Amino acid sequence: MPETYDAIIIGGGHNGLTCAAYLAKGGEKHGKKKLKVLVLERREKVGGAAMSEEIYPGFTYSTCSYVCSLLRPEIFRFLDLPKYGLQVIPYDINSAPNPEGEGIIYYSDHDRTRESLRRHSIRDAEAYDEYAMEISRHCRFIKRTLMMTPPDPTQLNPFVQNRINPWGHREDLDGLLKIGREFGRMGERNMYDMIRFWSMSVADFLDQYFETPRWKGLAAASSIIGTALGPYSPGTAYVLLHHYMGEVDGQIGAWGFARGGMGSVSKAIAAAAEEAGVEIRVNAEVDKIIVKNGKAVGVALKTGEEIFGKSVVSNADPKRTYLKLIEKGDLDAIDPDIHRYATNYKIRGSSGKLNIALDGLPEFAGLPKEAAYGTVDIGGDFDYIERAFDDFKYGSWSKRPFLDCVIPTTVDPTMAPPGKHFMSVFVQYVPYKLAEGPWTQEMKAQYTKDVLDTIELHAPGFKKLVLHVQTRTPWDIENEVGMTEGNIFHGELTLDQLLFNRPFPGMGQFRGPFDNFYMCGSGTHPGGGVMGAPGANAAHEMLKDFKRGVVQ
Amino acid sequence: MSKPNAADVLVIGAGHNGLVTAAYLAKAGLKVIVLESAAQVGGAAVTREFAPGYRVSGVAHLLHGLNTTVARDLNLARHGLDLKAARVKTRSLLPGGGGFEVGPDVAATATSIAAISKADAAAYGPVMARLVKLADALAGYALHTPPRADVTKMDWRDQLNLGLFALSLRRLGKKDMLELTRILTINVNDLANDFFESEPVKALLCFEGSLGVFLGPRSPSTVFNLLYRLSNLGANGQGGFIVPKGGMGSVTQALAASAKAAGATIRTNAAVDHILIENDAAAGVVLANGEELRAAQVVSSADPQRTALKLIGPRHLDTMFVSRIRHLRMNGCAAKIHLALDSLPPALANAAGRVVVAAKPDDIERAYDCAKYGRVSDRPALELVIPSLSDPSLAPAGKHVASIVAQYAPYKLKDTSEHDARQQVFERSLAVLESVAPGLSERITASETLTPHDLETQFGLTGGQWHHGEITLDQVLLQRPAAQWQQYRMPVPGIYLCGAGAHPGGNVSGAPGYNAAREILKDAKAAKTRGAA
Amino acid sequence: MTAYIEHLTPFLRKTPFHPRIEALMHANSWMRWTGHYSPANFESVQSEYFTIRNGASVYDVSPLIKYAIRGREAADFVNHLITRDLSKIKPMQAFYTSWCQDDGMLVEEGTIFRLGENDFLLNAAKDQLHWLEQTAYGFDVQIEEASNDLCGLSLQGPESRQVLRAMGINGIDNLKRFGIQELELNGHWLRIDRAGFTGDLGYEIWCKPESALWLWDRMFDAGRDHKIAPIGAQALEISRIEAGFLLVDVDYTSALHALRPSNRMSPYELGIGWTVNLNKPGYFVGKRALKKEKEQGLSRHVLIGIEIEGRKPAPGSFLYADQPGKVELGLTTSATWSSTLKKNIAYARVPQAYAKPGTEMWIEIWYGKEHKIERSMVRCWATNRMFYDPPRKSA
Repeated sequence: MPETYDAIIIGGGHNGLTCAAYLAKGGEKHGKKKLKVLVLERREKVGGAAMSEEIYPGFTYSTCSYVCSLLRPEIFRFLDLPKYGLQVIPYDINSAPNPEGEGIIYYSDHDRTRESLRRHSIRDAEAYDEYAMEISRHCRFIKRTLMMTPPDPTQLNPFVQNRINPWGHREDLDGLLKIGREFGRMGERNMYDMIRFWSMSVADFLDQYFETPRWKGLAAASSIIGTALGPYSPGTAYVLLHHYMGEVDGQIGAWGFARGGMGSVSKAIAAAAEEAGVEIRVNAEVDKIIVKNGKAVGVALKTGEEIFGKSVVSNADPKRTYLKLIEKGDLDAIDPDIHRYATNYKIRGSSGKLNIALDGLPEFAGLPKEAAYGTVDIGGDFDYIERAFDDFKYGSWSKRPFLDCVIPTTVDPTMAPPGKHFMSVFVQYVPYKLAEGPWTQEMKAQYTKDVLDTIELHAPGFKKLVLHVQTRTPWDIENEVGMTEGNIFHGELTLDQLLFNRPFPGMGQFRGPFDNFYMCGSGTHPGGGVMGAPGANAAHEMLKDFKRGVVQ
Repeated sequence: MSKPNAADVLVIGAGHNGLVTAAYLAKAGLKVIVLESAAQVGGAAVTREFAPGYRVSGVAHLLHGLNTTVARDLNLARHGLDLKAARVKTRSLLPGGGGFEVGPDVAATATSIAAISKADAAAYGPVMARLVKLADALAGYALHTPPRADVTKMDWRDQLNLGLFALSLRRLGKKDMLELTRILTINVNDLANDFFESEPVKALLCFEGSLGVFLGPRSPSTVFNLLYRLSNLGANGQGGFIVPKGGMGSVTQALAASAKAAGATIRTNAAVDHILIENDAAAGVVLANGEELRAAQVVSSADPQRTALKLIGPRHLDTMFVSRIRHLRMNGCAAKIHLALDSLPPALANAAGRVVVAAKPDDIERAYDCAKYGRVSDRPALELVIPSLSDPSLAPAGKHVASIVAQYAPYKLKDTSEHDARQQVFERSLAVLESVAPGLSERITASETLTPHDLETQFGLTGGQWHHGEITLDQVLLQRPAAQWQQYRMPVPGIYLCGAGAHPGGNVSGAPGYNAAREILKDAKAAKTRGAA
Repeated sequence: MTAYIEHLTPFLRKTPFHPRIEALMHANSWMRWTGHYSPANFESVQSEYFTIRNGASVYDVSPLIKYAIRGREAADFVNHLITRDLSKIKPMQAFYTSWCQDDGMLVEEGTIFRLGENDFLLNAAKDQLHWLEQTAYGFDVQIEEASNDLCGLSLQGPESRQVLRAMGINGIDNLKRFGIQELELNGHWLRIDRAGFTGDLGYEIWCKPESALWLWDRMFDAGRDHKIAPIGAQALEISRIEAGFLLVDVDYTSALHALRPSNRMSPYELGIGWTVNLNKPGYFVGKRALKKEKEQGLSRHVLIGIEIEGRKPAPGSFLYADQPGKVELGLTTSATWSSTLKKNIAYARVPQAYAKPGTEMWIEIWYGKEHKIERSMVRCWATNRMFYDPPRKSA
């Protein structure tokens, strides 16, 4: 059989491209032995969910993901992304409008935030530092685990040889000890705080510090974005970290806009990959992964074409990979439980989007004009968000949703004609399927109306500015980008699906059930967001296997 | 000079855990006095008359977790507790008649479920067996002192226990161990969907997972609650309940008898006002009537908030500890309803076991939604027991008593008065019951409804939370009751916590009392060694 | 902040003295203090420094964070909060104390005014209402953030008493160190306490915001013949180090805000163990931990004063036991050249064994020399941290 490629990567999202670039460059340390890598992208261009498109004339939309922070600085630097045109501009403002009074706004400047919060509650303003410090302590620990392969506690015995640890290496034990050491360094007091933090609800966590309901609602926003949980659900406090652990230029927790929209991220990574020798084929939809004798040997395209390689890497989400791209028979031949894991994998899409072209900059109720230059979170107190979640639970979109709005054109002059603006509205919660059945045009129109009404309520006069609206439900996201159920993280970020259990128990180390088969998408550690870490981590593991001769 | 010590150890509260601790300490030769504010021992595990001739278990009404080590050590059988009573089945009643029954007999359970779903009937046995296996593995730590986060600071015995526990988890095998890590934190609704297809079977699992916590079936951490309960429920899950003869009071009566036999003194009608602290150490207690009793060790079986904030008092404590205790989630969410019945409606005529009324997971979830926003559930989920079927002495001849747990009745109400809430719980629960057992209402001759607020005022359970703090992942093991104070000692030297607010937590198990006694004796021994040296 | 955001509103606060300060601010050298404009130096740091030690210096202390603590059990609460024995402090007295977290690590140290039996004003550098309120659980006490109720000038230096006399303040000669006096002058309410951050004779004069400009003008009028001048934070910093005072975020991090456990410090470790009274009646926050630390010798290090050879200031420098630098001992925090003492001084965290005055150690100093950084390894000696302590301070 003809064997042309060292690695075939299914899907040209940012993680697939990162993985490809890392493989082609041979990883940070090696740099010598370059692998021959092919990326197969179903659509007519790469990018996946990090995509810029001109949907309405003159306007560039970041169609899915819309802000950038989590992209690991290690990756930024190793792939030299600025060279390929990537520029991330941080913004300094986060606010919540209030139609009945003064909104809440905070800034990157500490004193400015203090003054702003004091207008609502001196207590809250004074508790803010203490709160921010606790978050930082947790982030410090988490950040160290992002770029590592999560150790599997069931594989600690260093003498056991198995397929995943082919030479009976001590990696899992060492990894666990390393985490243990990091853990130990934070002092016993912080250890307890952390253990508790991981299992508590964001409502309980914030109640310890703050009293203003709207402020707490704003602070809770980060922990419900993209999840299928409400603020009262245990385990949501951790998700808060997932949005705080990003950085722009070393400034922890900062978020920024990618100049030219999020497509610039994928474009830059793709350019870096191509320069490293990666071959990218678009309009090449993979139908099946070809497995022979328990080994992944190549892929079959929808067109019938078969491409063979030494290894196959899936950037698709775990459910799509295991239930659509892989034959059930191939899985069952290895272990019948895997199919069950894939079926039970929690991947509820819970968020939709509205991309809006605006004739001018909107003004938000109860906020200064400058609020539009950062994130505007339309919501309310915990109960507001929880009620939005209740709608979702029973199979409907939130009638009064929580909205995370950004207007990147306030900072980025390239995305809209002068004076006009592009606004990205992230809608929480929207179900993949409605209780009544699949999404219809009427339902979608009603959903769009509910979102626009909610914005209008918080930004009087907004509707008059609207030139064009693109509506995305999780169903649309699945159809367009291929993410199962439209879940933006390739699987919910709950404790049961993190670390060595991401995506499935026993398959948390970027490897799949077959030899020569790997996973590199957000469905692997450390999870979703335009972070690139899963792709880089997967490449790291693959290169080890190439070196050891596991992949031949 | 101050008064001489009245005893070596004073135990506050004669609930089951207080009595267990007292019995163990007395057996070890210490002079122990148990102080109980009520006229009878038992705390939340009592049998009491709520209408002339009708007696019922006050709060807890089913026994399923009494620790076997405790029962054996304290010789409870000899002290009058009939542990041979049959383990009863759980029957799920569905609206419009019908339902199914699960119990220790796997085949019978499967047959019963088959009427609803063939697939679930086949799945039920293996699924529950696996869950029970995982639950039992966790329960292996119930009789150990929780570890510290910094394991290097633990004494060698605790390190050894922790190591053995880790090994026991490892021995589950890779698959089960990974399954445990997968399900430990998730919600019970997802778990039910993973395994079952029919709504009633899922609903029963969801009910077990959400009973006693202020969470709905879709809230993460409910599987943990499920496992916590399953670890006590015997081989087939949900089949391990005992309806004790004479009500739950018989359990605490036996414990009291055992403690007395070992030499402990029990004083009822002796409410403790606060713990006496001198030179930053326990010196005794002061009773509500002003009487002072001195002892170097004071053990509280009251809940952690009551113990720390009322009995010890914040001015003897550090800020963060007080803050942590104040923020414990102690949201009582279940009400207790007691009915005196002339006769039983046909649907309940032979319901000698446990009856659950929760037809769909979403019914429970919607019931929780109401409570989330401070309202009594529109349609509560119910657990019902008719103890007079197995023990006719609890009611006048030919009559019956029913004991019902209704969930959810929130402790923190919004826009509803206590009085209205009590009324609503009663009416709405009966409406639900009428739908599965028509004719019940007209047979009621007397009733009593206890909301979480009533449980607080009548039984001293802060927040009406009968586990002394919800059993959720952030409040168990080394966080119970508060980080750094999980080893039964309270910050003030000489004060200990032996109630359900300590590891492993609620239910009438006696395990916290057992563990606390061990730690107290450890300290006593160390003090003796120091004294000798 | 990016330039294209045109509608930004100013957010730094101006103290009530701001118009006068701004008029004298020739160096355009501002800094921020709790969100306020605060002068770093007006012109020459050197001359401002000598105003402190030679004349009468004026520093605007209005940005200090203040908490009013009142209520039936205010005294009980404060005694529970702080490490010192409150029963020794009478009303109308100020006192310096530490207050700690549960594990004996410092939340902050600072000065509390006892204005009445149950009336206190706590001066703090960091926001801590959250902490105070948590600690106050179970006490009948009200805590109020009162930073903006009063504004104040710190008048420090050997001539400061002369200035107050010239202002016409009766009884100033009888005001003992840490005493507090309240009076009316020309219809303006004033509170004067005899304390400060310079280790010299000095007072703090507080007034209502509406009296601020009057106070400033009156003080400068009265001080004309007494070498009065405004100073900025840089000159104050030198005198602060000479006097041995601690500065939060420089010499230690508040336990509330520390990221790393190693940055949290106990009073013993900061060399202010004298503020901890383990024998006072009742419990106070952190007592059990502090008692354990003291009894079992658990302090990791102690902050001492050192005198360094040469005249290169040595902030953030490593100390060694030996000249080759093989045995590392600790790190300096604050450091300055003292023009009054003609000594190169610093605070250093060292193991207890090296804290005895006179102990010789080595210190590695990196300093800029035109366009390059040079290293020097010189001797230093342990000493009392209160480098400068003139008799007039308490006379």
